Amino acid sequence: MQNIYINPEFEVIRNENRCIKCRVCERQCANEVHSYDADLNLLISDETKCVNCQRCVSLCPTKALKIVKNDCRLRENANWSDSTIKEIYKQASSGGVLLSSMGNPNPLPVYWDKILINASQVTNPPIDPLREPMETKVFLGKKPEKVQRDKNGNLICNTPPQLELSMPVMFSAMSYGSISYNAHASLARAATELGILYNTGEGGLHEDFYCYGKNTIVQVASGRFGVHKDYLEAGAAVEIKMGQGAKPGIGGHLPGAKIVGDVSRTRMIPEGSDAISPAPHHDIYSIEDLRQLVFSLKEATEYQKPIIVKVAAVHNIAAIASGIARSGADIIAIDGFRGGTGAAPTRIRDNVGIPIELALASVDSRLREEGIRNNVSLVVGGSIRSASDVVKAIALGADACYIATAAVLALGCHLCRTCQTGKCNWGIATQNPELVKRLNPDIGSQHLINLMTAWKHEIKELMGGMGINSIEALKGNRLMLRGVGLNDRELSILGISHAGE
Amino acid sequence: MKTEGQIRIPSGCAIAAVISKEGNRMSGESITQAMKPMHDRSNGLGGGFAGYGIYPEYKDFYALHMFFDERAVRKNCEVFLKERFEIVKSEIIPTRQIPEITDAPIIWRYFVSPLKSVLSAMQLSEKEFVARTVMKINAEMPGAYVFSSGKNMGAFKAVGFPEDVGVFYKLETYEGYSWTAHGRYPTNTPGWWGGAHPFTLLDYSIVHNGEISSYDANRRYIEMFGYQCTLQTDTEVITYIMDYLLRVQGLTVKEAANVIAAPFWSTIAGKPDVEREKLTYLRTVFSNLLITGPFSIVFGFNGGLMALNDRLKLRSMVVGEKDDKVLIASEEAAIRVMEPEAENIYAPSGGEPVIVKVKEGAY
Repeated sequence: MQNIYINPEFEVIRNENRCIKCRVCERQCANEVHSYDADLNLLISDETKCVNCQRCVSLCPTKALKIVKNDCRLRENANWSDSTIKEIYKQASSGGVLLSSMGNPNPLPVYWDKILINASQVTNPPIDPLREPMETKVFLGKKPEKVQRDKNGNLICNTPPQLELSMPVMFSAMSYGSISYNAHASLARAATELGILYNTGEGGLHEDFYCYGKNTIVQVASGRFGVHKDYLEAGAAVEIKMGQGAKPGIGGHLPGAKIVGDVSRTRMIPEGSDAISPAPHHDIYSIEDLRQLVFSLKEATEYQKPIIVKVAAVHNIAAIASGIARSGADIIAIDGFRGGTGAAPTRIRDNVGIPIELALASVDSRLREEGIRNNVSLVVGGSIRSASDVVKAIALGADACYIATAAVLALGCHLCRTCQTGKCNWGIATQNPELVKRLNPDIGSQHLINLMTAWKHEIKELMGGMGINSIEALKGNRLMLRGVGLNDRELSILGISHAGE
Repeated sequence: MKTEGQIRIPSGCAIAAVISKEGNRMSGESITQAMKPMHDRSNGLGGGFAGYGIYPEYKDFYALHMFFDERAVRKNCEVFLKERFEIVKSEIIPTRQIPEITDAPIIWRYFVSPLKSVLSAMQLSEKEFVARTVMKINAEMPGAYVFSSGKNMGAFKAVGFPEDVGVFYKLETYEGYSWTAHGRYPTNTPGWWGGAHPFTLLDYSIVHNGEISSYDANRRYIEMFGYQCTLQTDTEVITYIMDYLLRVQGLTVKEAANVIAAPFWSTIAGKPDVEREKLTYLRTVFSNLLITGPFSIVFGFNGGLMALNDRLKLRSMVVGEKDDKVLIASEEAAIRVMEPEAENIYAPSGGEPVIVKVKEGAY
């Protein structure tokens, strides 16, 4: 139902001189913005439905379309912004919780952009990655505390199970259901080709994708959707999802409309029923319970697979991580407040959690102070946007990064932030078969491979500039970072000096 | 201006070493002379030596070489030492007044043995106790600095050119089966004696030429195990890494070399099964102790030494032989000074450790 108080956010500008009435826009828009008036021989727009996903713009053969911000604004008010007022109108009309998708879009500090990277000059040489070996391989997992030898004095190679990655980046959890079959196929195929891993999210693993198991992290979340013995055994690692950066402290809700066909089968729940994962795991009400789940999963997988515990970055993250590091978990994944989501209550997405940069720095420092940094590997996400973000994260102390928003952008996402409607025109966050087939997994996986290959080149260039030829020598190497425009408290939490120092 | 330890100071350098595989003792004069042709590799802001086998009459005691800023600090420190050690000898380290070396601190040495009662109360091995005590003094006692703490070995260092430092410390009066030497070219330092090389802990000593790019990764890792990097120098962190790998983790010298200058993954992949598994294990478990960036080091220990370059060989280092001696230096010229007829001179590959041990029982 249309709310008469709310002006459309966008304006569809159609250049009538260019429009050839081919009606591609009409067919491409699942939101039904465009329609054809046969009497007038004109295409007309219902802008109230436009989400600015740019699908029509991209596919218009004569480039007749553009979507612009509607400049019809309410009277300016520094306290009551346009969006705040419109949210009030929406809630006054619906009585409901506001929903949003993807990461927090508000202008809060992005610390990555206030950190600069070092390079070698004179006293030691930069290394040219085109001419010298430059290594980006990492192993994730617990490291043994003490070297052991057999009775002949030979080393006993007692390394607990590890994940081997060709570069320190993985595709983060996005469930089958929240995203499409073709999106999952693209991620799985790209991860396999790249020698990295992708993550099933909480929706189970489609039977077609078991063949990519060596490059798959299978997730166990509070709803336990799609979790069974074969599923746990299919992956290279098992991730316990305690929280998500976009919505710390709450569970998930996949509407019944999306629980169709294979999604229902994979999740092991009836078609059309809402998939509601509770806020807590109902068997975890404290750290000692987490330990039991970690070891239950280890028992189930015969201690052959690392167990990841994923948590949202919240205020007390250092102490939480310290507890997890002593829980038997092999890897801790921390998701910052800018992490994406297929749907989250707006108030939570925009106001709960802390930046990943600060969370990472304080966790890494804390685990080192306690001498338990080797007990676990650290994976961070939410949001890592580029190769330089990766390099900064590793230098702050991460072992690897999770990316998801960047990955769906590579698949064609235009960040219109309306995944929750299920009408994704790019075939990513939808279960509508007509829309899903718009994403070709051959092309999608190739774009992901291209993106990661490009980042890998950039990571090598940045490392070479610093005179570092192996990624492990970058890990926690905070001397390679300097802050700009940060105050003393921020610098001390990040454990870096200010530029010029 | 900030002093060493408050700020990280990169430096270039010259290194040299000589060892007799037969354990024949050589005076410190030859190694002092060897630094002369490499004069331009230092800038007069640091030089030093380490001699092994130089204190046979006190070989069962830890030889603490110390700098003190003033007499009162020394007196206080002695009180502290007496609570922990039996001190069998305490004396000024003899030096020669020469115009090239000025502003000397008080330079003292103690031959000590840890008190058994203290050891058992703290439930520590002798070496761990000595190492902790040294780090405690260096971190917490302003104006006092232990620059050598091994048995039957000693470091001698100063602000100055190395060839002058050798004369200053009268190295011609000492005889050792192994010597290492260092000339320093720091880019910015007020010149503090403790900042010169070698850096030592127990009988381990490091002389090093280079500026490692992995410094902070290495430092933050090793500090998890009780080491305190107070000087912010490469040499210090490399010494602690070697101590951790050899003494605490029980690796062999070669295995330790495979950690700090680990073979590339592509090289490891080409090794036979057993070797590959072992190298993968070492590299995975101690990944944060990989050292990158340019370095050539000579690592001295009781009964031997190891010379090692970074994996890409970004610093010069050559090795030669003559009779029972193995000679190592940044430049061949230094080897030729010690042994004009030296043979088999070659440049070891990047990451290839050259380990020389004295015949068992000869040291």
